[in-house]
Amino acid sequence: MSTITQTVGAPDVRAEDQLVLDVNGLVVELRTPKGTLRAVDRVSFQAFSGRTIALLGESGCGKSMTAKAIAGLLDPIADVAAGQVRLNGTDLAALTPKERRKFAGPELGIVFQDALTALNPVYTVGTQLGEAFRIHHRLSAKAAKVKAVELMRRVGIPEPESRVDSYPHQFSGGMRQRVLIAMAVALNPRLLIADEPTTALDVTVQAQIMALLRDLRTETHMAVVLITHDLALVAEEADTVAVMYAGKVVETGPVREVFAEPHHPYTRGLLDSVPANIGRGEDLKSIAGSPPELHNIPVGCVYQSRCPLVQDICRTVSPPLEPSGAGRTVACHFSKELENA
Amino acid sequence: MPETLLPEPLLEVRQLTKNFHVPGAKGNNTLCALDKIDLHVGRGETLGLVGESGCGKSTLARTLLMLETPDSGSVRFDGVDPFGLKSRDLLAWRRRVQMVFQDPFASLNARMTAGEIVSEPWATHRDLYPTKAARQARLSELFTLVGLRPGDAGKSPQEFSGGQRQRIGIARALALNPDVIVLDEPVSALDLSVQAQVLNLLNELQQRLGVAYIFISHDLSVVRHVADRVAVMYLGRIVETGSTEEVFDRPRHPYTAALMSASPQLDVSGLAPRERIILQGEMPSPLDPPSGCRFRTRCWKAQDICATQAPEPRVSLTDPRHISECHFPLEHTDTEPEPLAHAS
Amino acid sequence: MSSPLANPQLPPGGRAVTPPGTEVIALPRSLAASKPGLFHLLLKDRFATAAAIVLVLVGLTALLGPTLMGDLATKQNLTATNRPPFSLAEGWQFILGSDSLGRSMLARLVVATQTTLSVALPAVGISLVIGSLWGVWAGYHRGWRETISMRIADVIMSFPSLLLAVVVLYVFSPSAANIVLILALTRIPIYLRTARAESAELQSRTFVDAARTFGTKPSSIIRRHVIPVVLPTLLTLATLEFCYVMLAESSLSFLGIGIQPPDVSWGLMVAQGRQYLQTAWWLSLFPGLAIVITTVAANVLAAWLRIATDPAQRWRLTLKHKRKRFIARVPVKEVA
Repeated sequence: MSTITQTVGAPDVRAEDQLVLDVNGLVVELRTPKGTLRAVDRVSFQAFSGRTIALLGESGCGKSMTAKAIAGLLDPIADVAAGQVRLNGTDLAALTPKERRKFAGPELGIVFQDALTALNPVYTVGTQLGEAFRIHHRLSAKAAKVKAVELMRRVGIPEPESRVDSYPHQFSGGMRQRVLIAMAVALNPRLLIADEPTTALDVTVQAQIMALLRDLRTETHMAVVLITHDLALVAEEADTVAVMYAGKVVETGPVREVFAEPHHPYTRGLLDSVPANIGRGEDLKSIAGSPPELHNIPVGCVYQSRCPLVQDICRTVSPPLEPSGAGRTVACHFSKELENA
Repeated sequence: MPETLLPEPLLEVRQLTKNFHVPGAKGNNTLCALDKIDLHVGRGETLGLVGESGCGKSTLARTLLMLETPDSGSVRFDGVDPFGLKSRDLLAWRRRVQMVFQDPFASLNARMTAGEIVSEPWATHRDLYPTKAARQARLSELFTLVGLRPGDAGKSPQEFSGGQRQRIGIARALALNPDVIVLDEPVSALDLSVQAQVLNLLNELQQRLGVAYIFISHDLSVVRHVADRVAVMYLGRIVETGSTEEVFDRPRHPYTAALMSASPQLDVSGLAPRERIILQGEMPSPLDPPSGCRFRTRCWKAQDICATQAPEPRVSLTDPRHISECHFPLEHTDTEPEPLAHAS
Repeated sequence: MSSPLANPQLPPGGRAVTPPGTEVIALPRSLAASKPGLFHLLLKDRFATAAAIVLVLVGLTALLGPTLMGDLATKQNLTATNRPPFSLAEGWQFILGSDSLGRSMLARLVVATQTTLSVALPAVGISLVIGSLWGVWAGYHRGWRETISMRIADVIMSFPSLLLAVVVLYVFSPSAANIVLILALTRIPIYLRTARAESAELQSRTFVDAARTFGTKPSSIIRRHVIPVVLPTLLTLATLEFCYVMLAESSLSFLGIGIQPPDVSWGLMVAQGRQYLQTAWWLSLFPGLAIVITTVAANVLAAWLRIATDPAQRWRLTLKHKRKRFIARVPVKEVA
């Protein structure tokens, strides 16, 4: 049995820099018994064709909520309260649900984390794959099935002709994730959102899936928004990164530069927590404390309770996201000091 | 954590085999979960157990915790085989090994308070802390030991964060003062910053209490950080075992090399791209494992002999404790590892 | 011992993760921390509070009514037969009219409450206790215990319960005790099946495994882990069963093999009023109404209890009522 090797981490020089997704000042609010909470607070970032931007953050930072807001899949207690989400020029947030549905598929595809719950257990995989074609291209069931087989072959599922009539539970986890990816890219969307696509998978399967995503991206020049908490994954797969904390973007920039020289204390703290370079028996440098509760977001900088560089101004003035280098931004009053720390 | 092994290991597993009978499955009815596993753990040391889903590590953990009975082979704690004991003696032996589970949500009963959860083991082992005062005191001690406030003992699990819940699980595992703790992916469900805190806690506890760990994880960087020795599992067999440095820096078994390669690396300094091995296919079902070497269906070095003959454990020349099972193990010179094969 | 295939969350090629979307639904910890007492939660829901009040009143009537009414329920007044309700001309006891023997409807209704409840409550209690304990035991141990228990349950359920009751009560005399026993017997399978299903699912949960690792006995595990989790479901079921049993008793009395005169129950009153539906409609209507009101109240309370006793869902009861335009959209220019 042969094994493929693939080069990872090489900069992608063939992409054209076409702006596909422009998120500007997105605010998502939650209605709760304790009042209205901001789960996503004025988040802005951009995705370009042929490139991957990673939304990096820990649980509760709002990255999944951002993805759902872009895709229009928010839970009923959540609402987009402000901001724009421009996909190829059209503001998705301002559309009615009916208008928005036209975009899902041909323009925007989304891959979820858990393929088992994202697929309907009572329909065959072929039916679900063909659904996009039946809705948007109005193909017959038969023609849609042909397209489904083609799709399955494209994403590397072996023996697609016989497996097209199988049910989701008859596939393994990695295969199911391929099916989800196939569904997302069926109509060659300009933008693909991948929400923790490999968190539930084993590491060798993860390598396969990320290779597949990379190939698809090269093939179609789609923009990819990768949502994850895995720093190593970001380092290898993404071109740019937006680091999120407690609903805000605290730093953006090209991945290599941000990881080599972070401008925000939280990014630095995350990088220090990774066990990769610490000797055995030594303590890892963990970030003390935990993220603030959504209803307890302090006035001023949202990271103040855990930041080693905190000063009085951090407790009163919330730092805006400002440019801090070529193609980089950071939201910190003292990012310059971090370089010397 | 001692570098050298004591002559009599604390926990010794020999030729452990466990099969499950699955009714009505296609083909064979026997699920071979563990196939002649050999392992040992010394006092106060950490053995890392690495493998993907379906490799049998959960079954191994459950067997070590005496939740499953092996079909053949032996497990010896301090020289005694607990599976041969009668129920009362067995109960006493259960104190020696405890477990920390992966999912901090599911492993704690949401309807009990944290204090009740941690003190539950004492209800079955009443002789440990016979008086209520003794139990109360020990409870506070345990809470403080794992970094929780003793005053929070009356709260229910929902009121704690994921990392704190895992600390409750660790406190519960310590309640019976075990010699060995099996940790099944203890930090996988936690955020990165919390993960670091919990790993530091585990390290501190080991240094303070001298307890041995069997640390099961799929995250190689974590295993590298915590483990003295490592065992790599594939489809019910241990394919490679040795000290952490040996196995990670000079892997002999192709699967180990593939695992290392597949793990994304946080290469902060480098601009150089690297070659990654992408294994074809997926792990075969344990209901119908491949003949001969179980890894041959995905191995790029497979030859005819791999299908007919199961490989014997071989000792590495550089380190006699580094054992792997492969007909064609990867060779490493002092400076260069063997170049990885391209698609043939 | 569970098989490796018992855990459905670990498909091959994947690992267990916390379910996605918990970010949205699971609220911040401190919201869960502010656990209002059950009583306060009840007061927030108007319908549930009303239902609870109704049931409390019914209960009080059952307890104190007969003592207060004395022999008013049996005192016949042949000069005041079939008096219509809503007139105080004959005295306050005839506010709801009188029946064909001149007895006060109000008094009879009150006394009947005790009889009806004294049949329904013990029947539910017996079937709840026996069915639940049996089911929990069968579900935990699985194997042949489970199989045999389920087959017995199937056998009992395959008889139409009312028909079975009719047959039994015809053969043996229809005393209140017999009615309670036969109703209890026919309802046991409901609890048995539910308890078994929940118990079977629970016994493979991780926290139960954890308890096994300390060597806890099965009976202790059942007592400590299984029963507290299963109990809310069973109690909700019991509340609904209460309605069914009440109606069943009414049906039996209607058929003449339930409560026998001079005892009186709501069902019996409905039966006795059947002939006079055209002329003295109140004879059947008021007891019928009593049955309906009690049943509806119990149903409403059961629905509320279902959510209130589940610690993971309880927060839903504390949400304010959803308003249409809860959040005003901020104009875009305000945002940086």
